[in-house]
Amino acid sequence: MPATHYTKSHEYIRVEGETGVVGITDFAQAQLGDVVFVELPPVGQSLSKGTEAATVESVKAAAEVNAPVSGTVIDVNSALGDKPGLVNEDPSGTGWFLKIKLTDAAELDSLMDENAYREFLKTVS
Amino acid sequence: MSDNQAVAFNTAVGDLARTPLYDLHCSLGARMVGFADYAMPVQYPQGIISEHLHTRAEAGLFDVSHMGQAILAGPYAARRLERLVPGDIATLAPGQMCYTQLLDAHGHILDDLMVTRLPDEGGRERLFLVVNAATKRADFIHIAAELPDCALTVLDDRALLALQGPRAAEVLSRHLTSAAAESIMVMPFMSAKSFDWEGVALNISRSGYTGEDGFEISIPATAAPIFAGKLLDEAEVRPIGLGARDSLRLEAGLCLYGHDIDRTTNPVEAGLLWSISKRRRTEGGFFGYEQVKRAIDHGPTRRRVGFLLVGKAPAREGADIATLEGEIIGRLTSGGFAPSLGRPIAMGYADAAYAAPGSQVSLMARGKPLAAKIVPMPFVPHHYFRGS
Repeated sequence: MPATHYTKSHEYIRVEGETGVVGITDFAQAQLGDVVFVELPPVGQSLSKGTEAATVESVKAAAEVNAPVSGTVIDVNSALGDKPGLVNEDPSGTGWFLKIKLTDAAELDSLMDENAYREFLKTVS
Repeated sequence: MSDNQAVAFNTAVGDLARTPLYDLHCSLGARMVGFADYAMPVQYPQGIISEHLHTRAEAGLFDVSHMGQAILAGPYAARRLERLVPGDIATLAPGQMCYTQLLDAHGHILDDLMVTRLPDEGGRERLFLVVNAATKRADFIHIAAELPDCALTVLDDRALLALQGPRAAEVLSRHLTSAAAESIMVMPFMSAKSFDWEGVALNISRSGYTGEDGFEISIPATAAPIFAGKLLDEAEVRPIGLGARDSLRLEAGLCLYGHDIDRTTNPVEAGLLWSISKRRRTEGGFFGYEQVKRAIDHGPTRRRVGFLLVGKAPAREGADIATLEGEIIGRLTSGGFAPSLGRPIAMGYADAAYAAPGSQVSLMARGKPLAAKIVPMPFVPHHYFRGS
C-alpha cells in the first residue's frame, strides 16, 4: 500500500517500497496556473533532500520543484515534454514529475501525511 | 516548490484597495492578487491560456479600474500639456485620442498614457487622461504642479472597463440605442465618444491593450457592476484577468510600464518614435527634447526588440541577452509563453549594433542559454478597426 507524504513547499512523494513518485500538489498547480514547460533532471542524477529536482514554468511564473527526500532519479515523466498541461489536469496521477530510489527512508518522517498537509493548507490559503 | 524569480504579482490581498467590481470578481471565482496596491483578478477559473485565446477569438471583459482617470481643463490645455509629453496633443480634434509618454528633463519615461481631446466647455479645452495605476499619484502631482494654469480633476468615482476582441463591437452595440449602436460600429480605432446607457454617461473609446479591436469604457463606479454584469451575460463575453492581459499585450508588442519602459528609458530606444509627430520632433518644446532629439538624429545606443524562442522553455524578465559568442548585449524586460503562438516570446533592450531582425542570440535563463531570434513586433498581427 503506497503512502503519500507532503512537503511545506507543496511537493508530494508517493512511496512504495524503496521508490517514490514525486510531483506537485493540486494546491501548487492551482497557484501556478497553466503550466507551459517542465524541466526534468537526467535519470541517474542523485538529489539531496530539499534541493532543486525540476523546474516548472507557468504562463506567469517559474518555480523550482525540490526533492522531498534524498535519492537517485530512476525515471522521469517524458510525457510532460509534449503535454506540460498534465501537471494541471492530473497533478497526482499522469502529471507526475520523477521517480526516485530513496537513499534514506527515515527522511520521510520529517514530511507531512495527507491529514497534516490538509491542515497545513488551511494556514497558507 | 518555490518561486525562483520575481513573480509579477504579489499574493497578499490584505489592506489593498478595491475596484467597484471587487465583489463581482470574487463571485466569478477570480484569484485575487495585489497589483499596484489594488486587489485585482489575476485569473478566473478558466485559466490564463483559455482567457487569452477567448479574447482573440470572441470578446473578453477586463476590469482596469485601478488605472488613473483625470480631466485636464483650461485655456490652451492641449498646448500646455505638450510641455510634458512628446505626443501631438494640440492637433487632436475633439473625439480623437493619442498614445504618449510623460517625460522627465532627461527624456526618460515617467509613465505612458492615453490622451483624449474632449469637446471644449465654456471656452476651456478639456483632455481626458488615462494613466497607469502604479504611477497615477505621482503623475497627477507632476501634471498639477507643472500646469498650474489648468485644472486637473481626478475621476476617482469612475470605473474603467475594457471590452476586447473581434466580437466586442457587436456585443457592445446590443446595449445601446440603435443610433448609438450604429455609431459604435463605425467609430475608428483611437477615437472616443460619449454615450447614454439607461441614463448613465459612458465615455467610450475604441482602444485597448490587447492588439484586438475593442473598447475602453469609463463609467460611474456605482453603475459599473450592473453594466459589467450585462456584458458578461452575453454568450461571447468572458471575464479576463491581469494574467491574460499581460500575455495579450506582450504578443501585441506593447510596452508594460515599469518593465519595458521606465525612468531609465527614452521613447526612441523604446521604439515609440511613431508616437512623436514630425511637428513635435522639429519644434520640440517638451521635457527631455534635447536628449530625445539626439537619439533621433544619431540613433539610440540600444533598442527594444522582440525575441522568438526556438525551444519550449520560456525566458523571463531580467534574463541576459547574449551573442552566440557569449557577449552580453542586453537584458529582457518581458518574457513568457505566447498562448496564440504556442511558444515562448520575449522583449528586451539589445545593443543597437546587434538589434537587427533575424539575429540569432542566446537568452540566459538560470545560467543556461536558450536559443532565440530577434523578430519584428508585434508577434501577433494587430486587428484594430480603422474604418470601413
